[in-house]
Amino acid sequence: MLKSIFHTQITLGLAQAAIASAIALMVVLAARKRNIHLESDTAIALVRGIVQIVIVGSVLVLLLKAPRWSSIFLLAGMLMAAGSISAKRAKNIPEARKVSTLAIAAGAGSVTAIMTWAGVIDTAITSLIPVGSMIIANAMNTNGLALNRFRSEVLAHAGEIETALALGAAPQDTVGRYAESSIHASLIPAIDNLRSLGIVWIPGLMTGMLLSGADPLYAAIYQFVVIAMILASSGLTSLLSTLLIRTHVFSLAEQLVLKEHEA
Amino acid sequence: MSGTEQSGLSHVILRTEHLGRVADGVPIVNDVSLEVFRGELLGIVGASGSGKTSLLRLMNRLDEPTNGTVFLNGVDYTTIPPRVLRRRIGMVTQRPFLFPGDVASNLRFGPQQRGETLFQEAIEKLLKEVGMEGFAARDVANLSGGEQQRVSIARALANEPEMLLLDEPTSALDEESKREIEKLIRDLATTTARTFVLVTHDREQARRICDRVGAMDRGRLIHMGKPTEVLRA
Repeated sequence: MLKSIFHTQITLGLAQAAIASAIALMVVLAARKRNIHLESDTAIALVRGIVQIVIVGSVLVLLLKAPRWSSIFLLAGMLMAAGSISAKRAKNIPEARKVSTLAIAAGAGSVTAIMTWAGVIDTAITSLIPVGSMIIANAMNTNGLALNRFRSEVLAHAGEIETALALGAAPQDTVGRYAESSIHASLIPAIDNLRSLGIVWIPGLMTGMLLSGADPLYAAIYQFVVIAMILASSGLTSLLSTLLIRTHVFSLAEQLVLKEHEA
Repeated sequence: MSGTEQSGLSHVILRTEHLGRVADGVPIVNDVSLEVFRGELLGIVGASGSGKTSLLRLMNRLDEPTNGTVFLNGVDYTTIPPRVLRRRIGMVTQRPFLFPGDVASNLRFGPQQRGETLFQEAIEKLLKEVGMEGFAARDVANLSGGEQQRVSIARALANEPEMLLLDEPTSALDEESKREIEKLIRDLATTTARTFVLVTHDREQARRICDRVGAMDRGRLIHMGKPTEVLRA
């Protein structure tokens, strides 16, 4: 229907974005009726999302003519932004931004570097940036989930943690089990994505490869490769962030500093 | 340093000096100086929000003082590694927070933290001390509130602390269990010569079992003396 009204790709894209946003806002309004307030978060996320992706699209147009090594700077910028965004899920935990950026850089960065070195990811900007950003974005989501779960667990079990401290336990040991459950919880989406691959969803990358005339079998295998890379980078990110963050919920004098009244 | 400490004959085990803590801009413990004598059962009473639990948490450095400090046997406790300090000054809280598993594994927890093993004989001895003989293999999930609190006390004693801080240990218990735990604390103080600091909102409880009592109000220590003197009102 839209194609008969809008005749240029830009206007068509904006119309499609407006309809998708309207549906998202309807869900927000439905949630509001149940006293779940997502209005400001969703509105900001939608506006930010469209602005950011349009900017990235414009930058990609310029980068297509740039040398291959320039993609490193764009990926580095994405890493910094991912660290900053997912750190907000660890409210009131000191150094959360630093921990998030380090964990995502190590998780997503190492997997992207290894796979590029092995030739799985092409060094062309048109390949490295989309695949790299997918890996970074998923590592960011996993990191946010892990930190958010860890924070909730620590707040809910402050009594148990302080009891163990009072008995002479090392701080990192008192939160070990909460870090483990955070890792498990954070990896559920990545594992379910891999489990449901091809059954519940056919990812965009494979669709794009098919549309551009790639061999369907190769497109399918490559899609598996990307999802497996996402699982590996997400797992490594989650492991590292929960390992690093556990020391930051304690003071130097081994006191629990993340507490409900301060949260 | 006080005169008694200088002479080397001090029987003060713990001394707070102008101890204070400000949280969110509000002084919750304000300029508290007190002495705890070896082998005594000192009660700290006060209304809810008077700062008594906050004071107790400062004593084993679960919270950091913003003013003053604490001396343990004459040594500034900020110079003692926190884990060592907390082993020497044990703590029992209002809710026992037992770890999942059996009673014996809870008792082993403290010694395990410093690489020591608590043998069965020692476990049975501790359980006997708190009136829980034969409970070593029992799952903590199947214990009553009073029994859980006894295990919590035994778990703290397993670290062989020089003194034990008790934060409202009976406030979540029924009247019968409360009296039993009171008797246990009094017996432990009398028979083992251990030092106890008991925080309670129950003035009658303090009158029944404490050797001395300090009264707190709005973060300050306003009285300190014999229960009959402090709890007259």
